[in-house]
Amino acid sequence: MNNELLKLLKKNARYSDEELGAMLGIPASEIAGQIKKLEDDGIIRGYTTVVDGDKLDDDAVCAIIELKVKTKSGLGFNGIVNMIMQFDEVESVALMAGDYDLAVTVRGAKAVAFLVSQRLSTIDDVLSTATHFVLKKYKENGVILNTDENDERGFVSP
Amino acid sequence: MTDYKNILSDTVRDIKPSGIRRFFDIAQNVKGVISLGVGEPDFHTPWDIRAAAITALEKGKTVYTANAGLSELREEIASYTERKTGVKYSPDNETVVTVGGSEAIDITIRALVNPGDEVLIHEPCFVCYAPLVRLAGGVPVTITTYARDKFKLLPEQLLKNITPKTKLLILAYPNNPTGAIMTSEDLNGIAGVLKDTGIAVLSDEIYAELTYGKKHVSIASADGMKERVVMVNGFSKAFAMTGWRLGYVHAPAPIAEQILKIHQYAVMCSPTVSQYAAIAALRNCDCEVRAMVSEYNRRRRFVVSRFNEMGLRCFEPEGAFYVFPSVESTGMTSEQFCEKLIMEQKVAAVPGTAFGDCGEGFIRVSYAYSMKHLQDALERIEYVIKDTE
Ligand SMILES: Cc1ncc(COP(=O)(O)O)c(C=O)c1O
Repeated sequence: MNNELLKLLKKNARYSDEELGAMLGIPASEIAGQIKKLEDDGIIRGYTTVVDGDKLDDDAVCAIIELKVKTKSGLGFNGIVNMIMQFDEVESVALMAGDYDLAVTVRGAKAVAFLVSQRLSTIDDVLSTATHFVLKKYKENGVILNTDENDERGFVSP
Repeated sequence: MTDYKNILSDTVRDIKPSGIRRFFDIAQNVKGVISLGVGEPDFHTPWDIRAAAITALEKGKTVYTANAGLSELREEIASYTERKTGVKYSPDNETVVTVGGSEAIDITIRALVNPGDEVLIHEPCFVCYAPLVRLAGGVPVTITTYARDKFKLLPEQLLKNITPKTKLLILAYPNNPTGAIMTSEDLNGIAGVLKDTGIAVLSDEIYAELTYGKKHVSIASADGMKERVVMVNGFSKAFAMTGWRLGYVHAPAPIAEQILKIHQYAVMCSPTVSQYAAIAALRNCDCEVRAMVSEYNRRRRFVVSRFNEMGLRCFEPEGAFYVFPSVESTGMTSEQFCEKLIMEQKVAAVPGTAFGDCGEGFIRVSYAYSMKHLQDALERIEYVIKDTE
């Protein structure tokens, strides 16, 4: 049941308790409690908004920085991760399998430059960085941005 | 000047255009209409199915198939039917692949009905049965089903309408427009009445995959019924494949043989590319179908609960993707309500009367729309209701 609730909240965190209750076939009064429990258990970590940056004047670029890491100093792997995470401009940090070790998403050209030149390059443990700028986002958090798809079905059919 | 009255067939001229047509025209002329009026899925056909069609085209599968359909497809259909309903049909002589459930209904009626034969049709129901019966020279006899009976056909109603001329019963559950279903007990009651008669059944099971809670049961699985049931199904609703125009019919061999004869003369065979796609649908898409059904189910619960909140009495539909709330409490007729809805709030719904006179007092609302669309449309309906209070 919680899985179903989570699925719906991931689609739209702004459904009312009444709507969620109706869709799931449980009393609305139980929904608030279930959500609180998911929050208390740390399963739900927050609520966010999916913004289509293209529709805003602010055209802060986004970049994905690939890091290769080899722990040499006392900082350790977690230390590096913690250091990177504390920047507001860093939107996500993920441990990767494959050619590199960490994927860092950063918002804003200045933040990218600062992070790469002032922070990451100064850490001995960071062997290399590769920065890729994002040109356009088509889908984010499960939401398709900028669809030009029309309902072709007409208004009424038997 | 040519008098087309003399040129056209009297039977055809006497057939009324569908009541849905009028609302389509109104909806088209109002700007910014959002609709709840559509009888087809909002999902795209699952990708596997589309990929199979593309492959078929690339391989140049562009010629006629066997009249009854690709044998590979018929085998898949027969095994799917057995898996879903427990009823065994031969893929060789009891299965015909048709151009949608629509053609299946048409040629079944033509194969069974003699001029003057009475055909029992429960209403409210899908719009095509009575006109097709008329085209075959038959006489449609309608039986009203009621909200208080959950829009089921009751055995005693059936019994009361049987005459020596009764030839065929058209049974359509899960039902469009009401969303009603028939359980195996309900069907056993119907089978009990038909048992000692010579009446055949056309069972339109196009919404069989779309039930919520209870599994669909086919009347062909009731004791002694298979030999006189023609089962119609198709890919449109279950697999979101309305535009592919593919359905099928299962019938005992002596009936299927005659149905195939008409099919062969009328359309030769069903679209070839669609048939290849349908093989993929039956083999690979259980998971996609389940996902669509759960999404419909969430919307169904949401829509029913919203109508009840607004004070429109709404029986709980257990199949298809329609709800059929009563608008009686507003003091308006179905048509008046739908017209007000479209003129004032730009929401298109279908008046219940489009599905038979006994649909008066109801509207059909489809939930083959995204949640966001439904939230918006229902809010607008609520304005209209509050406005009339
Ligand atoms: C009850 C019923 N039967 C049959 C059909 C025909 O569907 P198709 O010809 O697309 O298979 C429809 C379509 O709306 C329907 O609602």
